[in-house]
Formats: sequence, C-alpha cells, structure tokens
Amino acid sequence: MADAVLRVEGLLKRFGGVTATDRLNMSVVPGEIQALIGPNGAGKTTLIQQLSGALRADDGKIFFDGRDITRTSLHQRVHLGMARSYQITSIFRGSTVVHNLALAVLARNGSSLRFWRPLAREQELFDTALALADQVGLAGRENVVAGALAHGEQRQLEVGLALATRARLLLLDEPMAGLGPEESQRMITLIEKLKGTITLLLVEHDMDAVFRLADRISVLDSGRIIATGAPEVIRNDTEVKRAYLGEESAAP
Amino acid sequence: MRNRMVIGTLVLLLAFPLAAKHWDQLFYVSFASRILIYAVAASSLNLILGYGGMVSFGHAAFLGIGAYTVAILMEQGVSSAWVSWPLAVGVSALFALAIGAISLRTRGVYFIMITLAFAQMVYYLLISLRAYGGEDGLNLAERSQVGFGLSLANDLTFYYAVLALGVACLYLLRRLLNARFGQVVQAIRDNETRMEAIGFPTYRYKLICFVLAGGVAGLAGALLANQSGFVSPNLLQWTQSGTLMVMVILGGVGYLYGGALGAALFLVLEEVLSAYTLHWQLGLGLVLLAIVLYAHRGVAGLFDGRAAARRGADG
Amino acid sequence: MAVLILEQTLNGLQFGLMLFLMAAGLTLVFGIMDLINLAHGSLYMIGAYLVAAVVQATGSFLLAVVAAMMGTAAIGVLLEVSVLRRLYTRDHLSQVLATFALLLICNEVVRLIFGSQPVMLGMPAALAGPVQLLPGFSYPAFRLAVIGVGLAVAALLYVLVGRTRVGMWVRAGASNREMAAAMGIDVKLLFTAVFAVGAALCALAGAMLGPILAVQVGMGESILILAFVVIVIGGIGSIRGALVGALLVGMVDTVGRAFVPMLLRSFVSPAVASGVGPALASIAIYVLMAAVLFWRPQGLFPARA
Repeated sequence: MADAVLRVEGLLKRFGGVTATDRLNMSVVPGEIQALIGPNGAGKTTLIQQLSGALRADDGKIFFDGRDITRTSLHQRVHLGMARSYQITSIFRGSTVVHNLALAVLARNGSSLRFWRPLAREQELFDTALALADQVGLAGRENVVAGALAHGEQRQLEVGLALATRARLLLLDEPMAGLGPEESQRMITLIEKLKGTITLLLVEHDMDAVFRLADRISVLDSGRIIATGAPEVIRNDTEVKRAYLGEESAAP
Repeated sequence: MRNRMVIGTLVLLLAFPLAAKHWDQLFYVSFASRILIYAVAASSLNLILGYGGMVSFGHAAFLGIGAYTVAILMEQGVSSAWVSWPLAVGVSALFALAIGAISLRTRGVYFIMITLAFAQMVYYLLISLRAYGGEDGLNLAERSQVGFGLSLANDLTFYYAVLALGVACLYLLRRLLNARFGQVVQAIRDNETRMEAIGFPTYRYKLICFVLAGGVAGLAGALLANQSGFVSPNLLQWTQSGTLMVMVILGGVGYLYGGALGAALFLVLEEVLSAYTLHWQLGLGLVLLAIVLYAHRGVAGLFDGRAAARRGADG
Repeated sequence: MAVLILEQTLNGLQFGLMLFLMAAGLTLVFGIMDLINLAHGSLYMIGAYLVAAVVQATGSFLLAVVAAMMGTAAIGVLLEVSVLRRLYTRDHLSQVLATFALLLICNEVVRLIFGSQPVMLGMPAALAGPVQLLPGFSYPAFRLAVIGVGLAVAALLYVLVGRTRVGMWVRAGASNREMAAAMGIDVKLLFTAVFAVGAALCALAGAMLGPILAVQVGMGESILILAFVVIVIGGIGSIRGALVGALLVGMVDTVGRAFVPMLLRSFVSPAVASGVGPALASIAIYVLMAAVLFWRPQGLFPARA
C-alpha cells in the first residue's frame, strides 16, 4: 500500500465535558479524493481544524508525508504542503480576484519582507494568479472585487486560494456549501479536474458530489471514524445507515 | 489630479517660510515645523492603525522615548544630530520590539489595553528618573548639531530639515505600502485568519510593522524635543496617545496623507479655537464626535468615493 | 509595623471596593453591549461634583449622595440614548474615539460650571473621627463606612445578578447578546438600564472617594485606567471577576505604594529607592495585567462563551 500522505493516530480533543474527537485514526492515500462524511455534530469541523493546525489536539499524532506535524503551526503546515479551504467563505472581499490569488501565490514565493519594489510590478506573480483564476473557472472575472462576486464564484475563489499555495494535500471544508445545482456542477467539475495531481480530503454533506468524486469515503460519527471504504461499500453499510438515520442526505 | 494637489502642497510648503520671513511672521514657521513633526508621528500611527489594523493606544510612548533619548544624550554632552537622532529611532524601535512582541499575542480590546498599559509603564519609569528631571521634565541646552555650517537654532533651517525628513518618511511609507510587505500587512488587516491559512506568519509581519512605526515615531520625538527645547513625561500620557489617534481619524484612517492632514487640522483647530476660548477642548470634542458619528473616513475620505485603503497608497 | 500593615490592608480593601463600583458598571457595559466607554470616568467625576454641590446647598451628605446617584444615572441615560446607542455596532476604534470626545466635552462642561480649581468635599460630620478597632489601632470612621458601602453593594449586586430574573437576563446578555435577544429579552431597555445602574455606581464611588482624594476636573481619567485594568484582569462581562480584579488591583496598588520603597531600601541606597520605588509601585498593576493577559488572555473569570 502506498505510503499515506496523511496519517492520524489516536487524535483526541475535548471541550469541557464534550469529546469532539475521540481517539480518531485515519489515513489518506496520495492522489486520491477521500471524502469525509458524517451527521451534524460528528466533529467534522473540529477535525479539519486540528488537521490544518488551527486547533491544538489534546492527544494523538498527525503525520504528513511521514513527518510528525502535531506541533507544527498553521502557516508552517502550508509550507510543508497542506492547505485548507473554508466552509464559510473567507476571502479578501475588498480586493480583486487576481489580487486575492496573487496574495496566496506570494506566500510561497520567497520572502515578503520587501519594502521597496511595488508588488504590482511582479508580472510573474500575476501571471500565475491569472492562470489560477482560469483553473477555478473565474476567467474573465479577474478584475472584479471579490466582495461583488456571486456566491458560487466566491466559493470558486475560496478553493482557488487553497490551490494557489501549491499544496499537495487540500482540505476542502464543504466546498458545495450554499451552492445551487448549476454552481454545484461547476464545483464538481473543478474538483474532478484536480484528481491525480493532488490529494484531496473533502468534507461534504452533498451526497451527490461525494459519490461522484470520492475514491474512498470515511464516515465520522461522534468523533470517531466508524467506516472507511469504497463508495459502494459505504452506501450499503448498516452502521453508516444507522448513524444517518433521520439525517437524510439532502442533495440540493 | 491627486498628484497635482500633492505637488502644489509641496511647493506651498517650500515657499511659505520665505514669505513668512519676508512679512516678519516667523512664529508661523515654528508652528508649521510642529505640524510637520506631528504629521510624521500621526503617519507612523496610521501605518499600524489604518493599514495594519492594530489599534495601539500607547503610541505616544515611542514619541516620548525618541524625545527623551535626544534630551538625555544632550544632557550627557552628546549633541550631534547624526548620533542622537538615529539612536532615538533605534531605541524607540527596540522598545517597540519588546512591547509589540508581548502585545501582539493579544487581540481586539485586550491589545488596546495592553498597549495602553505599556505606555503607562514607560511614563512612570520616566517620572522616576530624577536625574533627568523626573516629573518636571528636562530642558535641552540647544538644538542638535548638524554641522556643514548649518545651525538648527535657525528656525528656517530647522523647518527645512523637518520638511525634508517628513517628505522622505511619507515617500518611504508610500513605497512600503505598495511593496510586498505593505500589501501583506494590509491583507492581514482584512483577513488575518486566511493569511495564516495561505502560509503567512502573520505575527511576524505585524511585529515588524509595529517596530517600523515605533522607530518613525521615535524620529518624530527627536524632532519634537528639538522643536520645543523641552521634554517631559507628559509627552507619554495616555491622552497624548489619544490625541494621535484623533489626528489619524480626523485626517482619514488608512489614507496615505491621513496622518499628515489630521495633524495639520488638529493643531490648526487647537490654535484657532484656543484663541477664542479657554474651553476650546469642548469644540474639539464636539468636532471629533461629529466626525466619528457622521464622517468616519475623515477628511481624506471626503475626497474619495470608494472605500478606504484597498490596494495601497493611492493617496 | 503590624499597625501599618493593618492600616494599609484596610486602605487597599477600601480602594479596591471603590474600584469595584467603577468596574462593575464598566464590565457590564463592555460585556453586554461590547462598548468601550472612555467616558465612564466622567460619570464618576460628575457624581462627585453633584455631591459637592448638593452638600453645599443642603448640608446633608446622605441627601447629596442619593441626589447625585439619581442625577448621574439620568445623565447616563441621556448619553446612552443620544450618543452611545449609535456606537454599539461600530468598531472599537470608533467607540474609543467617540467616548474620548465625550470625555473632553464632559471635562470642559464641568470646568465651565465649576471652574478649574478643586472643589471642597468634606466628610459628613458624623463620620469625621477615628474609630478604635483594636487596642492601639484606630482607623478613620469614614473609610470604614466606605468599606461598608462597598461590601453592601457587592452583596446587593451578587443577589441581583445571581439570583433574580433580571440578573439572569444580564448574565445572558453578557455571555451571548444575540442569543439573549433571540430569547425575547428587551435588549434596548436592558442596555439602558444597565448603563443607568453603572452610572449610579460611578456616582456612589465619586461620593465616597471625593472626600478622600479630591474633586477636580480630570479626576476621572486616573481611576478610569485602573477600572479598565480591573476588568481586563477580572474578565470582561463578569461581576465576580470585577470584584476579584478590583480587590487585587486595589491591594497591589495601595500596599505596593506603601511598602515597595521601604523594601527597596534594604537593597539599594535611599536615594535610588525613593526615586524608583514609587515608579515600581505604579508599574506593578500594569505588570500584573500584562501577566494575566499573557497566561489567561480572557481574564480570570471570563463571562463570554
């Protein structure tokens, strides 16, 4: 079996009396799209927070490409090759699309402790940003101020920012959140195109997207992974069905 | 259009002392020097407050530290500007490093409070320095020496020196804001979480920004010490930090010339109002309240249709 | 020596309890309305001036205190309805500047009415003398009364906030404003009421401290900073935090000022000790605040979720 790009061992996180992450074990195989599904309150966001480094686990370990990153800071993990997109859009609303992406490109492009030369002159940076805009389906919208974009376009930019970091593992937190049918299709196509080039851990509620995109599905319930496997296997798993009882997978 | 206004102002600033001298109104030259010095101080605060999003309520501390560095050195016999002014910048920057390193670990109102606390600490520290005047302050024997046959004791010479430094500071500020560093700092102000999530060590950038602002404020302090010939712990009172913030908001938070405009407006208002009444602070309070409630983008904001300080130092 | 320690401890307790009166209102306003109010010290000043004026007019300290509390509460409500209400949704910088403006305005208005010279506020005659607490130790009766008033208010607030329905609303508002509004609590009225109570407490503090310190323009500024330090240490939005924080700050400040120079003299020369001593004492509470912020950024008893 190929070496896991991400391996989680015994991850534990408690908030007061609540155990959000309950000695969780998980691994992500390189090149795959792995989906993480689970009912509300299962602890998906908390898990993503710990994987990305926004939250420090109480116990357990996280390995990225074999390297222990449990204590590594959020921004350092990006430099190691892991980036995240947010469920609630977190972009730079006052700046244009190309400026948004340029900032993300800038982060992995040498030191920004430069005080003299105008950023606007760095053509290579902006060329890369423009290419990224095209890749996430925002060609032609580069000079629109991000706050003025449609919701679907903002979600595309959201993924674009994570992509711009040249990450090898992307943690996508509900990229479909709030998207209509047409926009969802666009997002699915976008993610499909990424398959093979990078590894993706996709947290999603939209079952349609999950079963179309995922090579493998992990099911999270009450802070633990209760099942992992190919989509068809998961679809028929009784425990999974029980966990979702009353939680109809509402595809929009 | 904006460039023409800037050039026009510059010409005015260059020509005005000669006119003042001609009409024997040298007081205004001294007053203008004071405005320019506060323009630099307020601009340094604008960097961290307007462009960096860090609401520091202790900025007067760096002004005071710079001033005291020059005064203390002069007391010890060191009067060369080439030594004491860079040292003023350096010492202020060092304090900014120490204060910023701790304060920037906090956010929001806690940051405001802790910067205030540190300024108070420096204030009390300076009061305790009996050897350097303590509560009463310290006089400077003379203005700093610059050599080259020039004397800063001459108000005109001093004015032009301050003008040169002020213009240089604003120019460097403008370049900084358009360069990688300035763009990153502004993006951090807009969305710090995301900046971290795309790989920027945001704490480091904020700290460097804070140190730069502290250093520049130190320079302003050195000039202030020269201008008034006197330093006292009152320079570091929290109300002075408040005054600097008022200047920035009057002029326009996050606009390149916001600090300068605000300083000019504030000091002119103070001068004009206090000629009419002892209670001029009442007028100031009302103006300030009106601005915060109704024109919170300040004077510079009135000239600008779109939202403030988006992509850099457009003016 | 023991007498000195006892005396300073009581002084610290007295000062701390008065700080609590200031901090209680401030922490509730901050916790519930998320409003940084630099004009809080001005209410304290107005309260003290009103007491002085009414005492002069009627000769009765008690009447003056009641009148001042009501008057200051009224002024507080006026400020809240006319200006402060517009700041609730604004950012902290705007709040700082707007309330700073109010501070300037209040100072000048008071100066216009009463002049720049400090105003005399004498202690009520009945409490002017000392009381013997222990053989060989007497303490001013007025200061004992101040401690009594402070403890009574603390107990009252504890009951009010902890045990009544209104108190529950206040606590709900402090921990989560949106939820409180969603639960049907009349948020606007609650805000105004909280502000009025805070203002009245400021006036009470002004009445109690006026005879001890001095009644003059600007008296609010120095105590305001201490009040902010108290609520930061105690935890924003928490009355309990305000009490603990206030006692801590009051003690450290008073005892520090009394003993640090003395202690220093065992280590350095008297000249240096008398120079650096008071500075260190003044700095002590700020160091305390910085330390608390560093290790427990939310304060000792955070009310917010």
